Amino acid sequence: MIYGVALLAGCMFVGSFIGNLLGLLTGLGSDIGGVGFAMLLLLILTNSKKFSKIMPEGYVKGLNFWKEMFIPVVIAMSASQNVISALDGGILALVSGLGVVVVGFLLIPVFNKFTSKTAVDEEKTEAE
Amino acid sequence: MKEILRIFTELFIDNAFVMSFLLVGIISLFSNFVSAKITRGKIHTSAIAIFIGLILAYVGGKMTGGSKGLSDVSIFAGIGILGSSSLRDFTIVATSFGAKLSEIKKCGVVGIVSLLTGVILTYIIGALISVAFGYTDAASVATIAAGTVTFVVGPVTGAAVGASSTVIAISIAAGVFKSIAVMLVTPLIAKKIGLTTPGAAMVFGGIMGTTSGVSAGLAATDPKLVPYGAMTSTFYTGLGCLLCPSVLYSLTRLFLG
Repeated sequence: MIYGVALLAGCMFVGSFIGNLLGLLTGLGSDIGGVGFAMLLLLILTNSKKFSKIMPEGYVKGLNFWKEMFIPVVIAMSASQNVISALDGGILALVSGLGVVVVGFLLIPVFNKFTSKTAVDEEKTEAE
Repeated sequence: MKEILRIFTELFIDNAFVMSFLLVGIISLFSNFVSAKITRGKIHTSAIAIFIGLILAYVGGKMTGGSKGLSDVSIFAGIGILGSSSLRDFTIVATSFGAKLSEIKKCGVVGIVSLLTGVILTYIIGALISVAFGYTDAASVATIAAGTVTFVVGPVTGAAVGASSTVIAISIAAGVFKSIAVMLVTPLIAKKIGLTTPGAAMVFGGIMGTTSGVSAGLAATDPKLVPYGAMTSTFYTGLGCLLCPSVLYSLTRLFLG
């Protein structure tokens, strides 16, 4: 199990490193898409047959545990949001924050016309 | 009695992180009950749990005057560790395990287009609304608009263009509102807007951006979609930090004279 957890940590550091390097190169000094790179790295590694042969058995458990822990982390995250400041920001913050969300939701069906229509469940049965 | 209470308080404070597992477990159990019995499964357990989390964050903020919600209350400090951006990112990376690389490749271009559209359009709408509310100087308009991109981009832009701290606070608040709205509204309308496929989730992540909002919203909709939305949304803040203080700010200055 620890192998999977360590792999996860390794991917996150490599990804964040790339993100920070990008930040440095673009002069923004922040992490640009580090988590995205880490996700891609983990995806590429776990999709490779060679790699899963090298990894000690059971590493999948470590990955699955933290995958499941995502929702509890999100609940804890929502409980640590600065809700007061959001309410203090007043009506302008509320209107602009909600306004962009409404437009975003309206846009999604438009973009959806250009994406693959395969559902997650179908994908799964295909893979099995 | 007082002594027993003191022992409990000390135990919770000394084992803050462990305490957070217990508390989140209780919140989840209660949400599960509400979801199954009261909403008859119509509203997902996670959506209810996230909503309860936000209410607790409000209560915590009122009690302490702090900025980190419930985690500012000493016996609940562990919530701040469990809900930290470090663990959030760690678990988001874990969600990519089991996602299909082929699916991500298929939507690569649409994903990138949705990211650009998401950041630029959000900025424009944010700018228009702040002008409608009477702001006319480019720095303030740009900062509030950047806040509607995400609550990270707002302060980054504000600092770069020299906006006032009030305006920066508004920009953060706008971003937090956006994130909360995405968390709560997504599970309710996901089906209506066709948010049921990996491709749609990637577009959703690119348009909305807010990683917390997108990941929580998708978790409450269909956990299998989380990696796809989270993937694009993690590039959104970066892209926002890149465009808002530079190109978009310059354009805003041009427009406002």
